[in-house]
Amino acid sequence: MRATRAEYCVIACAEAWRGAGEILASPMGVIPSLGARLARLTFAPDLLLTDGEALLVRPDGTAEGWLPYRQHLELVAGGRRHVMMGASQLDRYGNQNISRIGDRAQPRRQLLGVRGAPLNTLNNPTSYWVPRHSRRVFVERVDMVCGVGYDRAAGLGGAARFHHLARVVSDLGVLDFATPDHSMRLVSVHPGVSVARVREATGFALTVPDEVPDTREPEAAELRLIREVLDPAGTRTREVPEEGGG
Amino acid sequence: MGDKTMTAEEVVSRLASGMTLGIGGWGSRRKPMALVRALLRSGIGDLTVVSYGGPDVGALAAAGRIRKLVTAFVTLDSIPLEPHYRAARERGGLELAEVDEGMFQSGLRAAAQRLPFLPVRAGIGSDVMRAGPGLRTVTSPYTDGETLVAMPALRLDAALVHVNRADRLGNGQCLGPDPYFDDLFCEAADAAYVSCEQLVDTAELTKAAAPQSLLLKRLAVTGVVEAPNGAHFTSCAPDYGRDEEFQRLYATTPWPEFAERFLGGTEEDYRAAAGRWRTEQER
Repeated sequence: MRATRAEYCVIACAEAWRGAGEILASPMGVIPSLGARLARLTFAPDLLLTDGEALLVRPDGTAEGWLPYRQHLELVAGGRRHVMMGASQLDRYGNQNISRIGDRAQPRRQLLGVRGAPLNTLNNPTSYWVPRHSRRVFVERVDMVCGVGYDRAAGLGGAARFHHLARVVSDLGVLDFATPDHSMRLVSVHPGVSVARVREATGFALTVPDEVPDTREPEAAELRLIREVLDPAGTRTREVPEEGGG
Repeated sequence: MGDKTMTAEEVVSRLASGMTLGIGGWGSRRKPMALVRALLRSGIGDLTVVSYGGPDVGALAAAGRIRKLVTAFVTLDSIPLEPHYRAARERGGLELAEVDEGMFQSGLRAAAQRLPFLPVRAGIGSDVMRAGPGLRTVTSPYTDGETLVAMPALRLDAALVHVNRADRLGNGQCLGPDPYFDDLFCEAADAAYVSCEQLVDTAELTKAAAPQSLLLKRLAVTGVVEAPNGAHFTSCAPDYGRDEEFQRLYATTPWPEFAERFLGGTEEDYRAAAGRWRTEQER
């Protein structure tokens, strides 16, 4: 059974929650949601998940708790959570923008707003999901810092003691900030993607080790869960379409 | 104990241009849209709007009524970006004081508790320090010496919220799974106006529902408006879900055209026009 690109992305997202223990997984986007639920059903059984609204639910949908927004925000401040957010822009130190492109008084493109990004990044582990890895997203400098990156966090002293950017998963590979200066590093490429292609699609100098492994293969049981239990309708392919060749 | 029932028009008659107005709900969920529509019918403008933004912000921005917006986001939920709000921002002239979702909650809480600010960790290191409403930091007087954001109180001249049930005295009940922040909006405001799906006798409130559903206390409520379908086209669980088709129409129709067709008359006219549109779709 050969895995599709979207399925490698699900696996790479699921890995963000490996070893996380009994915390809330907050995935945003189709593929991160599939990843979190896959992790919950396999190697991270103590994870808590929401129904996307006010309930904590088991994988079969059974409610096991109440988490309205007001409590969700408190929970973030308490730190027992790992969120995977989207990013309209992301720079080499992990500063993230979902608010606007252009200047504040009259933006070229008004986007969503900061949402909970400042709260998230200073309080609990944060990862990012980018369904289309490109120079428009991976930029030298973001137009507005919503999610705080490592260069910004460095000067904050005790206020940044819970800051941790765990990983960035894109449709091309997995990246992290495990370098001496916490600049972004290529961890793995999804099978069929070349390192050169990731470099080409990234708008800043990426740290690339001599050997870049492929993202791991899904186990047969994991593929079955993705295809038959979690996403039989194939919504994952709408977020990351299969490409011809590579 | 006074009867606080009034019409949406009476609510609007107590509001004025230049006010700071808090609007409850969240995104495209349980927004006091009937009250917003009444506001749109009035000439009131130059508003500072404080809202977890949805079509309330989109409509008021499109109509040019907002001078300054305090928010963490504006979204239609099923349509991620609010097109009328975006257009207003990209035209320029709509001032945005952007805060994080958690900072927003702390700002309302500070106002409700009559505190000048509350310390929050969120915001430090991010650009909301420049984009927010004149944000300053505060340093812990204890040995940790941590520097935090002093989130200023978001004090409101008036709050508009919508709930499922209320009595004539202003006790408001939320029957859906999420109360959002409507109680805080009311407590942070000098005057709070609550619209509800249904006015009921006080004794009815707890006949079938748990007392935890009694979100709003009458001491923080100034006026009560019975407005069935008053959150339309946003969701109002469990009474109704979001009217996705109508929301799509709102999002894709040029504002002057939408306003002329649906917002020219009274709330009854709005309901009739929306009903006619629905019938056309079903043909």
